[in-house]
Amino acid sequence: MRLLKYRLTKRQRDVLKNRQELIKAGISRRDLLKLGLMTSAGVLVDGLSVSKAFGQVAASRGTTTTVPRSTSQSCGTRGSSLCVISPPIQPFLDLLPTPRDGTWRVQTPTALSPAPTAAPNTAAGEGRTIAHQAFTQFPPQKFYAVTQKAGALSITSDPTIAPQNLWGFAIGTPEQNNPINVPGPLYVERYNVPILVRNYNRLPPEGQNGGFGKPSVTTHLHNGHTPSESDGNPCNYFEIGQFYDQHYPNVLAGINSTHPGTGDIQESMSTLWYHDHRVDFTSQNTYKGLAGMYLLFNDFDTGDELTGFHLPSFPQYDIPMVFNDKVIDPGTGQIFFDLFNLDGVLGDRYLVNGKVQPVLHVSPRRYRFRWLNTGPSRFHQFFLTDLTNLSANNTFWQISTDGNLTDKPYQVSSARVAVAERVDVIVDFTGKAGKTFYIENRLVQNDGQGPSGGLFAAGQGNLLLKIVVDGPVVNDNSQNPANITAFYGFPSTTATPRVTRNFTFQNRGDWRINDKIFACDDIRFRVQRNSVEIWNWQNEGSSWHHPVHMHFEEFQTLSINGQAPATSPLVQKGRKDVARLESRDNQRLFFRFRDFLGRYPLHCHNVVHEDHAMMLHLEIVDSGADTNTRP
Amino acid sequence: MSRMSRRTWLGMAGAAAGAGLVGLPQLQRESRAAALTPRDLIRQRNLPNVVLTTHEGEQVRFYDDLVKDRFVTINMVYTSCKTTCPLTTANLVRVQKMLGDRVGRDLSMYSITLDPEHDTPEVLNSYVKTFGVGSGWKFLTGKPEDIELLRRRLGFAWANQEMDRNKDFHTGNLRYGNEPLMLWGAVPGMAEPEWVSECILFADWPQNREKDRERIAQLKSRKASRAESGANPTAPIAQGHGHH
Repeated sequence: MRLLKYRLTKRQRDVLKNRQELIKAGISRRDLLKLGLMTSAGVLVDGLSVSKAFGQVAASRGTTTTVPRSTSQSCGTRGSSLCVISPPIQPFLDLLPTPRDGTWRVQTPTALSPAPTAAPNTAAGEGRTIAHQAFTQFPPQKFYAVTQKAGALSITSDPTIAPQNLWGFAIGTPEQNNPINVPGPLYVERYNVPILVRNYNRLPPEGQNGGFGKPSVTTHLHNGHTPSESDGNPCNYFEIGQFYDQHYPNVLAGINSTHPGTGDIQESMSTLWYHDHRVDFTSQNTYKGLAGMYLLFNDFDTGDELTGFHLPSFPQYDIPMVFNDKVIDPGTGQIFFDLFNLDGVLGDRYLVNGKVQPVLHVSPRRYRFRWLNTGPSRFHQFFLTDLTNLSANNTFWQISTDGNLTDKPYQVSSARVAVAERVDVIVDFTGKAGKTFYIENRLVQNDGQGPSGGLFAAGQGNLLLKIVVDGPVVNDNSQNPANITAFYGFPSTTATPRVTRNFTFQNRGDWRINDKIFACDDIRFRVQRNSVEIWNWQNEGSSWHHPVHMHFEEFQTLSINGQAPATSPLVQKGRKDVARLESRDNQRLFFRFRDFLGRYPLHCHNVVHEDHAMMLHLEIVDSGADTNTRP
Repeated sequence: MSRMSRRTWLGMAGAAAGAGLVGLPQLQRESRAAALTPRDLIRQRNLPNVVLTTHEGEQVRFYDDLVKDRFVTINMVYTSCKTTCPLTTANLVRVQKMLGDRVGRDLSMYSITLDPEHDTPEVLNSYVKTFGVGSGWKFLTGKPEDIELLRRRLGFAWANQEMDRNKDFHTGNLRYGNEPLMLWGAVPGMAEPEWVSECILFADWPQNREKDRERIAQLKSRKASRAESGANPTAPIAQGHGHH
């Protein structure tokens, strides 16, 4: 380390060389700051030279495409993208908010008045129009209130960035007048403990949205085995002044069908999330802050490393992380949303749990991280990077695909996380005391369509979270993932499907599924309750990638482009609720629709595509199911 | 409002490098003015005030005369278009009827030509007559460079360059918006007309919400009774343009 003072590293030599190039080119520091090509510290972004800075073709180094990170947002040259670039923000100033530290609030129960009822309480101002179908069978044991409203929150301690005017979820009723949280309060729940959330809309009226967002909401519990009327259907939105009771039974699929009374343990889910789903305005409202996470524990995934699967204990060593990317408008100092973009919207500043590029301190032991990408449109591929040793392969264990644990842990070097996907991982910092790692997104993406192909070289991507291994040495009673041979296993997929349906995701000048356009009242097809179906999802195009999400029921991936789902280098095998349809991908999926009835959507989770009609409605019914193979 | 601050930056570690960089000269970040409102910025970025000519031969400025303070719909068409445009225009004529007296009173509909060299006001006027477009819905032409600017700024554009060269891929979506309320959305112009109407009203003035709800309920019940009586389907379904 002492030597570093006197001898320049290659990185430092490059920076100096770049500065000399800049002087020659007559480009001022101010110009570069404006363009966002210089860091807040006045340093050119790594690997950036003048020629690259002005949009020349990225150099190719071996098999890895390298692109300077700050130019990865397309800027006014393609599609409708506007040249709005965030001012520089000094990274790694703030601690990552966590439930461990109490800096990410956990939702707390409360009494509700008037008492919730199965039928909508229209007289009291409830916006719900459909009675709870499972209220008597699974009476709620815990009651929560949450209020959606506006507030100002700091996203960074960098004094040049003002507090951001966001929309978020405040714990409690409007009268309790608590501050908003972005991400929203964390729900920490257990299977077989049904809950009810009273969700109040107290957002500011139209005209006070700061440039985008519609104060009309519906909160979807993503991945929940939830009756339709509580699912947060995009068309079940409610207005300012109203509330909506959402009943979450927290039961395993199969409880009213194949596994009466208990449900199928192999259907267990761990990491869910919730977000606004207002039809046509999901991208704007979610970007404005209306999203949070929801964890489910059971007798195996217990949250206690002394029991069950012995996964790292919550909340000390089990840390949820919500990733998203945003643009700060230099004109207002506030987050900017590109309202007139159909491809998808990218940010150039990266937040984790609501803070710009924060820092997490850990002890030298195993941790469970739960990664969620809330978009709106960016795909991530996360690596663990040690900047002092860029050639090191810092592996970790992937234990989930979306809400579901994998069949067993898989050792990986990276995990790809499209919008709405979740990946739970176990990272072992044992023996790493004194080291610093970064969660680095190395996936190249130049516009909202999807990844552009290729990865940044290690250290050349975006460093989203700094992890410093400087905590005290503590006991680690969690199981070494190398010694975990199985979690729940997967349910059998040998049942004969009632029907095989085919879905093509298309751009025909507008976004479509099977040539048809979404409408709230258009039930495209009807599925028999407690039946098995095989679905083929096809991305018709190569430009756009579509992370497609089915509400209510997860699927098992049977094949991807005719091949069995892989477990290396990326883990594809497993139960999921979002299928990443990359260029022309075709995925064959096994579904079982059980227990509850009603209307559910299937849609692209690039929320810009979703808001522009890449969605359909189906209905789960007891009579009148169809066998339409291309609905 | 952004905070205006002057801050002296000392040479310090680079964002990624983390440590060990040699000292750089001191740097002052310039102050940023923050006099513009979000509404101003949407206007500047997305609603250019270019001069257009209506199908009735009237010269208008896009922002000042057509969009400012208004509740609007905007789409793009061209009269020689054989695929989506005629179906979309016919569908939007149904939408216009469904929205009744709103159109022209406090809701303005605009269709901008993608082919300004061919689509003169006279050509647009005869198109309007052919399709039975009612009052309150203007067809607009202008200088090609202004039309291209509008197309990009209003987001009738795709990042895929091959597709972006094909005019037919810019005619699919109808934008709806309320300029002072900063509410902007879009719906495919060939969606069923009841749904297009419902989406447009998402951007209506909040005081109309109850009336809008009644209007939509009425449209839906009319549609349901048409379906029962086996009348013609209400919405054309496009065959699309090809694969991308």
